[in-house]
Amino acid sequence: MLIKLIDVNKSFKDYKVLKNINLSINKGETLAIIGASGSGKSTLLKLMIGLERPSSGQVWIKNEDIAKLNEEELDKVRLNMGMVFQYSALFDSMTVADNVAFGLREHSSLTEAEIGHIVEEKLNTVGLKDFANYMPNELSGGMKKRVSLARAIAFEPEIILYDEPTSGLDPVMAGKIDKLIKYTQEKMHVTSVVVTHDMDSAYYIADRIAMIYEGEIIALEDAHAIKTSSDKRVQEFINGGRII
Amino acid sequence: MFILEAVGSFVLRILETWGGFIILLFQTLKQCKRIPRMRYVLQQMAHLGVDTLPIVMLTMLFTGMVVTLQTVTEFIKFGAQSTIGGVVTIAVGRELGPVLVGVVAAGRVGAAITAELSTMKVTEQIDALEVMATNPIRYLVVPRLIACMVMLPLLVVFGDVIGSFGGWVIANYYDVSSFMYMQSINSFVVIHDFTGGLIKAVVFGSIIAIIGCYYGLNAGNGAEGVGKAATKSVVDAIMAIFFFNCFLSLLLYR
Repeated sequence: MLIKLIDVNKSFKDYKVLKNINLSINKGETLAIIGASGSGKSTLLKLMIGLERPSSGQVWIKNEDIAKLNEEELDKVRLNMGMVFQYSALFDSMTVADNVAFGLREHSSLTEAEIGHIVEEKLNTVGLKDFANYMPNELSGGMKKRVSLARAIAFEPEIILYDEPTSGLDPVMAGKIDKLIKYTQEKMHVTSVVVTHDMDSAYYIADRIAMIYEGEIIALEDAHAIKTSSDKRVQEFINGGRII
Repeated sequence: MFILEAVGSFVLRILETWGGFIILLFQTLKQCKRIPRMRYVLQQMAHLGVDTLPIVMLTMLFTGMVVTLQTVTEFIKFGAQSTIGGVVTIAVGRELGPVLVGVVAAGRVGAAITAELSTMKVTEQIDALEVMATNPIRYLVVPRLIACMVMLPLLVVFGDVIGSFGGWVIANYYDVSSFMYMQSINSFVVIHDFTGGLIKAVVFGSIIAIIGCYYGLNAGNGAEGVGKAATKSVVDAIMAIFFFNCFLSLLLYR
């Protein structure tokens, strides 16, 4: 197991966002987390990378319970992880190339020439080689997501977390992002956790799909089992509220 | 009872805010053990210091002129025109220079720091820093604190010179000769009149940086959150500058 959550609860003030979450994700696996807005998907993702701490329970990444680590120890774990944010979260004062190079400049002893070579390679992977000197505000939403992905894979992490990578994109661009996620998983053998509303995307990229409903995991199956689930809540979600 | 509750919650709010400033200051000092990249510090120095120079020059030029304008006729009445250069320069060096430069910088630099950091917060850029194993305080606050602590005294030096120059322009207009003006500066002004002002500037610089960063890092969501944070940052920094100036004046010039 590369990621393991044991009896995780998370509350904000008196509101319980996540209730008794138990989840294991294998090395090289792609898990999609689906669920309605406000069901706790993004909070679950933030717990996995230490942006939020659980109210109780354990969050194991490889051999470390990150819920117990201090910030410096957590940073060492995070070097092995990447994240693609819902709104890309690119540093708007830096060029595309500087965004991708950021982690390498901060945490490696590579020369500028070596960093430049890696940046070019990663931008090439996401099809944005010619946009290295653009500023983030000059890019479309889909391009920003791709830069965010290039930035996440620059350090060649073992785990990549995606927070709604296809939201707000047209179907063609969403398809491109899905292909990139799949390509990254196949080429770099990363373990991916993808929070999404997009069922086509979830079916395409995921080995398993977990559905969260009111803070609880109510289904954890492969795509076929989810499609044929007898749970009314699952059927309602995957059919967009139109139960057939 | 209602009044007591209101007073109590006001005091608690003030204590919570100032506690937050102090905690951020200590967290920032803790992060200073690792030397920050000079490139980031120099960027902030240029952005926060050099770009503020024109407004500081204008403010201090007119302040020096107005102070002289208000005092020169009275001094001439009592035959004390030979002291005007010293009086204006001491006033500028000890109080007006550091305080007005501090207030101008709180408005321009403090608001800019808060707006930038709060925008980064609401667009998840600060989360992105953390995800990339980069401590936001080390990356964002430390360079701004150093830049403000270095650049504010430099701005005060320019402000003092231009303020005194403004005084000379008006004194000349009232037939106080340049020689007399300079002579009075030489006679009355001691180096401590300036160094005290520079010490104040270092303190004011750190106040502006810490308060600006605190409100930026703790901004609420959305455009409204950014606007509120910037306003609070400027108001609190200006109040803190006046408050600390009083104590520093007592300490430095008693």
